[in-house]
Amino acid sequence: MGKIRGAIVVDTERCKGCELCVEACPTDVIRMERKVNSKGYHYAYMEHPESCSGCMNCGIICPDGAITVYRVKEEKVSEET
Amino acid sequence: MNLEEIIREENIVYRRTPLLTDKALSYCPGCGHGTTHRLIMEVIEEMGIQSDVIGIAPVGCSVLAYEFMDIDMIEAAHGRAPAVATGIKRTWPGKYVFTYQGDGDLAAIGTSETIHCCNRGENITIIFINNGIYGMTGGQMAPTTIPGMKSSTSPFGRDTAMMGYPLKITELIAQLPGTYYVSRQSVHTPASVRKAKKAIRKAFENQKLNKGVSFVEVVSNCNSGWKMTPVQANKWLEENMLAYFPPGDLKVDGQLVEQGKTS
Repeated sequence: MGKIRGAIVVDTERCKGCELCVEACPTDVIRMERKVNSKGYHYAYMEHPESCSGCMNCGIICPDGAITVYRVKEEKVSEET
Repeated sequence: MNLEEIIREENIVYRRTPLLTDKALSYCPGCGHGTTHRLIMEVIEEMGIQSDVIGIAPVGCSVLAYEFMDIDMIEAAHGRAPAVATGIKRTWPGKYVFTYQGDGDLAAIGTSETIHCCNRGENITIIFINNGIYGMTGGQMAPTTIPGMKSSTSPFGRDTAMMGYPLKITELIAQLPGTYYVSRQSVHTPASVRKAKKAIRKAFENQKLNKGVSFVEVVSNCNSGWKMTPVQANKWLEENMLAYFPPGDLKVDGQLVEQGKTS
């Protein structure tokens, strides 16, 4: 059975650091970066990218539409048992 | 599988809709206005009606809505958006016309326009953002401020003996025969955002039927006005605002939904 893998890309300049995505993430992937963008906001990034399932919760809750969500079904190699 | 293999154009499942302009939203971090803007634009994108939509922007925090929505828009005088929408819809009955109004615009200065527009049964969509406060002017008490809620003009909480009760305008207009679909939604969790999008979609599709006003209230946060972080504000909204303004459909297809049966 293939595993669902996801990833997000945050538009760091658009992110306003509201942290709603951190709260919305069911697999606890997102954290806020220590660095700030040109507006002075801490922006979101993937702390645990391996846990992301691409559920889109962060993208849906983001008021500024700063998050693009990717999802792919990982095909298991047939040699593995 | 590494990240480069996942982050590819063909694997995108969610992205910012191109119907929003590239301008940075002027709202505070975490504000529900941005979410609602995006929902409306996603619905318009999915219905493929970008060139057939005319929006009416209000006065308030969302006064610059026309800067962010890549559709034809008009800015109305404070509270008069339903009156402007009436004129546009009667001139162009084939266009989708919607107003986007906050609680200060729709439930305070524009109460008369709202009620009479709904009572006339104009075939438009009204999106009403309710955050219980006058956000733009500095968090003063609004008609929709809930009892006990602190604002800059009610620093000890709204005292209903002196300041009266919050206006449940959505319940009020649901009683009018001119409304066809009345719903209250919120945008504080991903699940509620999904529900709100369905309601907005229904409100736009109802315009094809020519049966009357479709009205969607979106209960939203105002973290700056409430003096909370966005996450705290959404929790507060769930515990307090939604108790006074319970989410769900109030009127579907011209029929009032029974109390307690709201979805």
